[in-house]
Amino acid sequence: MADNKKTTATASRAERGDAGSSVNQSGTVHLGSGDVGILNYALALEQLEAEFYTRAVDAKPRGLDADAMSVLDDLRKHETVHREFFFTALGKNAIPRLSFDFSSVDFTSGNSVLETARTIEDLGISAFNGAGQLLTNPDYLAVAGKIVSVEARHAAAIRDLLEPKTASFASDDVVDAKGRDGARLPAEVLPLAAPFIKEKIDASQLPTM
Amino acid sequence: MHTETDNTQTVLDTLNFALTLEYLESSFYNMAVASGVIPSSDLAIFRQIQQHENAHVAFFRGVLGDKAVREPKFDFTAGGKFDPFHDCPTFMTLSQGFEDTGVRAFKGQAGKLMSNDEVLTAALRIHSVEARHASEVRRLRGLKGWVTGDEANIPAPLKQTGVYAGDSMWPSEGNTVQLGIDVSQFQGADAGSEAFDEPITADHALRIASQFIANG
Repeated sequence: MADNKKTTATASRAERGDAGSSVNQSGTVHLGSGDVGILNYALALEQLEAEFYTRAVDAKPRGLDADAMSVLDDLRKHETVHREFFFTALGKNAIPRLSFDFSSVDFTSGNSVLETARTIEDLGISAFNGAGQLLTNPDYLAVAGKIVSVEARHAAAIRDLLEPKTASFASDDVVDAKGRDGARLPAEVLPLAAPFIKEKIDASQLPTM
Repeated sequence: MHTETDNTQTVLDTLNFALTLEYLESSFYNMAVASGVIPSSDLAIFRQIQQHENAHVAFFRGVLGDKAVREPKFDFTAGGKFDPFHDCPTFMTLSQGFEDTGVRAFKGQAGKLMSNDEVLTAALRIHSVEARHASEVRRLRGLKGWVTGDEANIPAPLKQTGVYAGDSMWPSEGNTVQLGIDVSQFQGADAGSEAFDEPITADHALRIASQFIANG
């Protein structure tokens, strides 16, 4: 297919283009610069999500029915796919596998798991929406678009599990009066993700507006 | 390569395309909510969607000003094929079709908006709201919130409209190759396809929408 052919040629660009990631001795993870930096930023968030759902599914939280468990397992699979996709696309420029701190989450409680899921899905949506304008390669923008709508599907499903048959799936606290979802820049997203990530993330080389 | 004027015209065309799709959705939900076809237990959901689609129309009209296209006259029976405002399952099915089409259509336009950060970001923010809608409506219909493969579960008449099909530029929703990487290798083909929503061209989206635009 035309799409696949076109994108095969650009797949290696992430491996030779902008400055890649690095980790210094104090354990700080540098995302790198340019499009590579943005893809590493996405990879950090996807790692967080994949790890969270893996732990959630393993923990078999109380109070979740078959539908809820099936949603969590699908989300585990999707986020794992996203994570491994970015690792593969970035190749040697990828950041390392991060370690996580989910001590704030009670994995035995279905409610605690779903509420954390809601937070990280809404955060992921706003992160992708805000990062699109920072990308220069249209193929990467297309892929980010393909992923962000899946994250939005996740957010709606999680919110539907928490508050079924209500407006919560796209409620006024996340969608503004003009009908627009959130958009956050990396500098706004990373402090919100930081409590879950043990390494310090250095985003100082990322493109800004 | 493009001149400033070209870029401006491309952005205008793209915004008018988006506005046309939003007209379709807002008109559909305005009529559905007024018709009484929606059971009261689902009304909070569809009122929220209705409010968003009306806000999107207002947003694009506001950005376009006197360059905005006029609202077409819609026929949601598609020439007598459907009866969405008397038959709730038909309403839900069309709703799913319109939302999933909106997600694909907006995504297909992102590249054309790269010259204008502000417009691109606004479009992305609306795109993810459409995806929230799509997920909710799909779950109401007893489906997963995400699209598996080419989506066998949509009733045949709507399937023929090409909501999940590929086109001249983009593969179908069943695609599992992203940036040349086979993403079915990680968690299987279903998860690989579910994890990425596929775009469609504006032509493809308008072919779907035009089936619901009244002639003359």
